[in-house]
Amino acid sequence: MTYQTDAYQGLTAETVSVAGHNGDPVHAYYARPTGPGPFPAVVLFHHLPGWDDWYRHATRVFAHHGFAAVSPDLYCRNGHGEPDDVAARVKAKGGVPDDQVVGDAIKFVEFLRAQQATSGKVALFGTCSGARHAFLSACRGAAVDAVVDCWGGRIVAEDDELTPNQPVAPMDYAADLPCPILGVFGNDDHNPTRDHVDTLEAALRQHGKSYEFHRYEGAGHGFFYHDRPSAYRPEAALDGWAKIWDFLERTLV
Amino acid sequence: MCTMIAHKTPIAGSGKGPGGWFDLDQVYIGYDHPFHVPLDHALTIDFVNEGAGPGARTAVELDLASARDLAERILAAVTEAEAYEAAPNSG
Repeated sequence: MTYQTDAYQGLTAETVSVAGHNGDPVHAYYARPTGPGPFPAVVLFHHLPGWDDWYRHATRVFAHHGFAAVSPDLYCRNGHGEPDDVAARVKAKGGVPDDQVVGDAIKFVEFLRAQQATSGKVALFGTCSGARHAFLSACRGAAVDAVVDCWGGRIVAEDDELTPNQPVAPMDYAADLPCPILGVFGNDDHNPTRDHVDTLEAALRQHGKSYEFHRYEGAGHGFFYHDRPSAYRPEAALDGWAKIWDFLERTLV
Repeated sequence: MCTMIAHKTPIAGSGKGPGGWFDLDQVYIGYDHPFHVPLDHALTIDFVNEGAGPGARTAVELDLASARDLAERILAAVTEAEAYEAAPNSG
């Protein structure tokens, strides 16, 4: 979607509340282009450090690129405060339960499809633990049209890494993935490692899934994060974002 | 949760945060993605009061060498303190 300088452009971004898993009120940041649409839509799953400024920024970036985008605060059941304070509580509890995240994902996909200006096509996007949540939710019933997995950790997991909150390795559900998936990974990442990415790719191939993986040399975990200079790799990030827009153009538009 | 390294234990004491001093009831110790220190992973220590809301928290993020040195020095100081308290007429 190449921008023309004489085109009108605007967007609306605000906090909303949506009934999530078990009807719990889950607040979220919702950004969408101004206009009648129809706009394709994206649910963004935040990363382990919490529902932070990068995620609200990324939500607006999706809207800027023509998507109705919503980022639920997956940690909001644990109280409110500064994102890192809330995330510290969630980490101490062993993360959020997978069943709860999947339930929230299904409700947020329904929320987007119910909006007048959306096209009905929906993708799930996530980074780090958020990418794990995106993959898991797509496999477990969130009826979506595409998944973007940015360096999702613990999609591939050994038995001794499973916990009461995360009892199954998401890769075990790979046969149920309902849509194409784009993967963006740094080759210096410790989780997922190159071996983890190879293992996930083999599972997707085995089950005949449509996948597209891009791996970047000299990049580690979180290389899109412009607010973390030690992790940010501008060239890889620019290329990764371009791959995402191209993938979503082909799968959602 | 990318590493699954997380510990939690009750403690007694006080911590100081942006709002001043508060009672502590738990400490969380983990090794995972930090929020601030420029490392992929860090040893994180959060002194909290779980009943007082997420903001009742005093946090540090350390590299591993610093964390080990801190732990050893805390143990050394505690050992000295216990000997001091056990000595006759201490105080």
